[in-house]
Amino acid sequence: MSQWIGAILLLGGSVVCLFAAIGVLRLPDFFMRMHAATKAGVAGSGLVLLGVAVFDGSAATWTKAVLAVVFLLVTTPVAGHLIGRAGYVSGVALWRGTSEDALDGVLPRAGVDDEASTSISGDDANARAP
Amino acid sequence: MSDMIFDTVLAASAVLLAAAAIAAGARIVRGPSAADRVIALDMLGLLGVAAAGLAALVAGSTAFLDVALGVALVGFLATVAFAGYIARGTIPAGHSGTAAEPEP
Repeated sequence: MSQWIGAILLLGGSVVCLFAAIGVLRLPDFFMRMHAATKAGVAGSGLVLLGVAVFDGSAATWTKAVLAVVFLLVTTPVAGHLIGRAGYVSGVALWRGTSEDALDGVLPRAGVDDEASTSISGDDANARAP
Repeated sequence: MSDMIFDTVLAASAVLLAAAAIAAGARIVRGPSAADRVIALDMLGLLGVAAAGLAALVAGSTAFLDVALGVALVGFLATVAFAGYIARGTIPAGHSGTAAEPEP
Protein backbone atom coordinates (compact mmCIF):
# COMPACT_ATOMS: atom_id res chain seq x y z
CA MET A 1 0.00 0.00 0.00
CA SER A 2 2.68 2.48 1.00
CA GLN A 3 4.50 1.68 -2.22
CA TRP A 4 1.48 2.79 -4.24
CA ILE A 5 1.34 6.05 -2.27
CA GLY A 6 5.06 6.47 -2.86
CA ALA A 7 4.64 5.82 -6.57
CA ILE A 8 1.85 8.41 -6.79
CA LEU A 9 3.96 10.96 -4.90
CA LEU A 10 6.98 10.29 -7.13
CA LEU A 11 5.06 10.58 -10.38
CA GLY A 12 3.04 13.57 -9.16
CA GLY A 13 6.18 15.35 -8.00
CA SER A 14 7.92 14.69 -11.29
CA VAL A 15 4.94 16.04 -13.23
CA VAL A 16 4.84 19.19 -11.06
CA CYS A 17 8.60 19.61 -11.64
CA LEU A 18 8.01 19.33 -15.38
CA PHE A 19 5.22 21.95 -15.21
CA ALA A 20 7.51 24.26 -13.25
CA ALA A 21 10.28 23.91 -15.83
CA ILE A 22 7.82 24.48 -18.70
CA GLY A 23 6.68 27.59 -16.84
CA VAL A 24 10.27 28.78 -16.52
CA LEU A 25 10.67 28.25 -20.26
CA ARG A 26 7.35 29.59 -21.53
CA LEU A 27 6.06 32.36 -19.24
CA PRO A 28 6.43 35.82 -20.77
CA ASP A 29 8.46 37.80 -18.25
CA PHE A 30 11.08 37.29 -15.58
CA PHE A 31 8.80 37.73 -12.58
CA MET A 32 6.35 35.07 -13.75
CA ARG A 33 9.26 32.71 -14.43
CA MET A 34 10.57 33.34 -10.91
CA HIS A 35 7.09 32.54 -9.61
CA ALA A 36 7.01 29.21 -11.48
CA ALA A 37 10.52 28.19 -10.43
CA THR A 38 10.13 28.95 -6.73
CA LYS A 39 6.57 27.79 -6.00
CA ALA A 40 6.01 24.89 -8.36
CA GLY A 41 9.66 23.83 -8.25
CA VAL A 42 9.64 23.44 -4.48
CA ALA A 43 6.29 21.64 -4.57
CA GLY A 44 7.59 19.17 -7.16
CA SER A 45 10.93 18.48 -5.49
CA GLY A 46 9.26 18.18 -2.09
CA LEU A 47 6.72 15.67 -3.41
CA VAL A 48 9.50 13.60 -4.98
CA LEU A 49 11.48 13.58 -1.72
CA LEU A 50 8.38 12.61 0.29
CA GLY A 51 7.71 9.87 -2.27
CA VAL A 52 11.23 8.54 -1.75
CA ALA A 53 10.68 8.51 2.01
CA VAL A 54 7.31 6.71 1.69
CA PHE A 55 8.82 4.16 -0.70
CA ASP A 56 11.78 3.40 1.53
CA GLY A 57 10.08 3.80 4.88
CA SER A 58 13.17 3.62 7.09
CA ALA A 59 13.67 6.19 9.85
CA ALA A 60 16.94 7.48 8.36
CA THR A 61 15.32 8.13 4.99
CA TRP A 62 12.34 9.89 6.58
CA THR A 63 14.62 12.10 8.66
CA LYS A 64 16.79 13.16 5.75
CA ALA A 65 13.91 13.62 3.33
CA VAL A 66 11.87 15.72 5.78
CA LEU A 67 14.98 17.75 6.61
CA ALA A 68 15.58 18.42 2.91
CA VAL A 69 11.93 19.39 2.35
CA VAL A 70 11.93 21.77 5.33
CA PHE A 71 15.21 23.27 4.12
CA LEU A 72 13.74 23.86 0.65
CA LEU A 73 10.57 25.36 2.11
CA VAL A 74 12.62 27.77 4.24
CA THR A 75 15.27 28.84 1.74
CA THR A 76 13.57 28.95 -1.66
CA PRO A 77 11.13 31.79 -0.83
CA VAL A 78 14.09 33.82 0.44
CA ALA A 79 16.08 33.13 -2.73
CA GLY A 80 13.08 33.91 -4.91
CA HIS A 81 12.44 37.18 -3.12
CA LEU A 82 16.09 38.22 -3.41
CA ILE A 83 16.41 37.38 -7.09
CA GLY A 84 13.07 39.04 -7.84
CA ARG A 85 14.23 42.21 -6.12
CA ALA A 86 17.56 42.05 -7.94
CA GLY A 87 15.79 41.61 -11.26
CA TYR A 88 13.52 44.58 -10.62
CA VAL A 89 16.38 46.80 -9.45
CA SER A 90 18.54 45.84 -12.43
CA GLY A 91 15.75 46.89 -14.79
CA VAL A 92 14.38 43.62 -16.16
CA ALA A 93 11.47 44.42 -18.48
CA LEU A 94 7.96 43.85 -17.20
CA TRP A 95 5.42 41.97 -19.29
CA ARG A 96 3.63 44.35 -21.66
CA GLY A 97 0.29 43.26 -20.17
CA THR A 98 1.31 44.41 -16.68
CA SER A 99 -1.34 46.86 -15.49
CA GLU A 100 0.24 48.16 -12.29
CA ASP A 101 3.78 48.40 -10.94
CA ALA A 102 3.41 48.57 -7.17
CA LEU A 103 7.16 49.09 -6.71
CA ASP A 104 7.28 52.15 -8.99
CA GLY A 105 9.04 54.85 -6.98
CA VAL A 106 9.67 52.47 -4.07
CA LEU A 107 12.79 50.76 -5.40
CA PRO A 108 15.38 52.33 -7.70
CA ARG A 109 15.34 50.84 -11.18
CA ALA A 110 18.21 50.86 -13.67
CA GLY A 111 17.29 52.15 -17.11
CA VAL A 112 14.26 53.98 -15.68
CA ASP A 113 15.87 56.20 -13.02
CA ASP A 114 19.19 56.99 -14.60
CA GLU A 115 20.71 58.37 -11.43
CA ALA A 116 19.83 55.17 -9.57
CA SER A 117 22.66 53.39 -7.85
CA THR A 118 22.51 50.36 -10.14
CA SER A 119 24.18 51.48 -13.35
CA ILE A 120 25.33 48.57 -15.47
CA SER A 121 28.90 49.81 -15.54
CA GLY A 122 28.76 49.52 -11.77
CA ASP A 123 31.23 52.30 -10.99
CA ASP A 124 29.22 54.13 -8.34
CA ALA A 125 27.80 50.83 -7.11
CA ASN A 126 31.28 49.43 -6.64
CA ALA A 127 32.32 52.56 -4.80
CA ARG A 128 29.64 51.84 -2.22
CA ALA A 129 30.63 48.22 -1.83
CA PRO A 130 32.64 47.34 1.27
CA MET B 1 3.96 -3.97 -5.94
CA SER B 2 5.94 -5.96 -8.42
CA ASP B 3 9.44 -4.94 -9.31
CA MET B 4 8.41 -4.19 -12.85
CA ILE B 5 5.95 -1.48 -11.83
CA PHE B 6 8.54 -0.15 -9.38
CA ASP B 7 11.09 0.13 -12.19
CA THR B 8 8.53 1.68 -14.51
CA VAL B 9 7.63 4.37 -11.97
CA LEU B 10 11.30 5.21 -11.40
CA ALA B 11 12.01 5.35 -15.13
CA ALA B 12 8.96 7.51 -15.81
CA SER B 13 9.96 9.95 -13.05
CA ALA B 14 13.50 10.11 -14.41
CA VAL B 15 12.23 10.85 -17.92
CA LEU B 16 9.92 13.60 -16.65
CA LEU B 17 12.77 15.17 -14.65
CA ALA B 18 15.07 14.98 -17.67
CA ALA B 19 12.49 16.75 -19.84
CA ALA B 20 12.15 19.41 -17.14
CA ALA B 21 15.95 19.83 -17.05
CA ILE B 22 15.98 20.35 -20.82
CA ALA B 23 13.30 23.06 -20.51
CA ALA B 24 15.20 24.83 -17.71
CA GLY B 25 18.44 24.54 -19.68
CA ALA B 26 16.78 26.10 -22.71
CA ARG B 27 15.83 29.08 -20.55
CA ILE B 28 19.45 29.39 -19.39
CA VAL B 29 20.54 29.52 -23.04
CA ARG B 30 17.83 31.98 -24.11
CA GLY B 31 18.16 34.38 -21.18
CA PRO B 32 17.56 37.18 -22.03
CA SER B 33 18.63 38.80 -18.75
CA ALA B 34 21.10 37.55 -16.17
CA ALA B 35 18.27 37.26 -13.63
CA ASP B 36 16.41 34.89 -15.98
CA ARG B 37 19.47 32.67 -16.18
CA VAL B 38 19.89 32.65 -12.42
CA ILE B 39 16.28 31.66 -11.82
CA ALA B 40 16.59 28.87 -14.42
CA LEU B 41 19.74 27.73 -12.62
CA ASP B 42 17.75 27.67 -9.38
CA MET B 43 15.15 25.52 -11.13
CA LEU B 44 17.92 23.16 -12.31
CA GLY B 45 19.10 22.92 -8.70
CA LEU B 46 15.61 21.92 -7.55
CA LEU B 47 15.50 19.31 -10.31
CA GLY B 48 18.88 18.08 -9.08
CA VAL B 49 17.42 17.65 -5.59
CA ALA B 50 14.58 15.56 -7.01
CA ALA B 51 17.01 13.54 -9.15
CA ALA B 52 19.22 12.86 -6.13
CA GLY B 53 16.14 11.58 -4.28
CA LEU B 54 15.39 9.24 -7.17
CA ALA B 55 19.01 8.09 -7.19
CA ALA B 56 18.66 7.21 -3.51
CA LEU B 57 15.83 4.84 -4.43
CA VAL B 58 17.63 3.36 -7.44
CA ALA B 59 20.89 2.81 -5.56
CA GLY B 60 19.16 1.80 -2.34
CA SER B 61 21.39 4.11 -0.36
CA THR B 62 20.38 7.04 1.86
CA ALA B 63 23.70 8.75 1.06
CA PHE B 64 22.05 10.30 -2.00
CA LEU B 65 19.64 12.15 0.29
CA ASP B 66 22.68 13.89 1.78
CA VAL B 67 23.58 14.78 -1.81
CA ALA B 68 20.07 16.24 -2.23
CA LEU B 69 20.53 18.37 0.89
CA GLY B 70 23.93 19.54 -0.33
CA VAL B 71 22.61 20.46 -3.77
CA ALA B 72 19.76 22.41 -2.15
CA LEU B 73 22.23 24.29 0.07
CA VAL B 74 24.60 25.13 -2.79
CA GLY B 75 21.72 26.19 -5.04
CA PHE B 76 20.38 28.54 -2.37
CA LEU B 77 23.79 30.11 -1.77
CA ALA B 78 24.38 30.50 -5.52
CA THR B 79 21.04 32.23 -6.03
CA VAL B 80 21.57 34.59 -3.10
CA ALA B 81 25.09 35.46 -4.27
CA PHE B 82 23.99 36.06 -7.88
CA ALA B 83 21.08 38.19 -6.63
CA GLY B 84 23.52 40.34 -4.68
CA TYR B 85 25.81 40.79 -7.67
CA ILE B 86 22.95 41.58 -10.07
CA ALA B 87 21.32 44.08 -7.69
CA ARG B 88 24.69 45.78 -7.17
CA GLY B 89 25.36 45.90 -10.91
CA THR B 90 28.63 44.01 -10.61
CA ILE B 91 27.64 41.64 -13.40
CA PRO B 92 25.78 43.03 -16.43
CA ALA B 93 22.02 42.64 -16.16
CA GLY B 94 21.74 41.50 -19.75
CA HIS B 95 19.50 43.38 -22.11
CA SER B 96 17.40 45.59 -19.91
CA GLY B 97 14.90 48.27 -20.68
CA THR B 98 13.61 46.58 -23.83
CA ALA B 99 10.24 44.94 -24.23
CA ALA B 100 9.70 41.53 -22.73
CA GLU B 101 9.13 38.59 -25.01
CA PRO B 102 5.72 38.51 -26.68
CA GLU B 103 3.17 36.34 -24.99
CA PRO B 104 3.26 32.75 -26.24
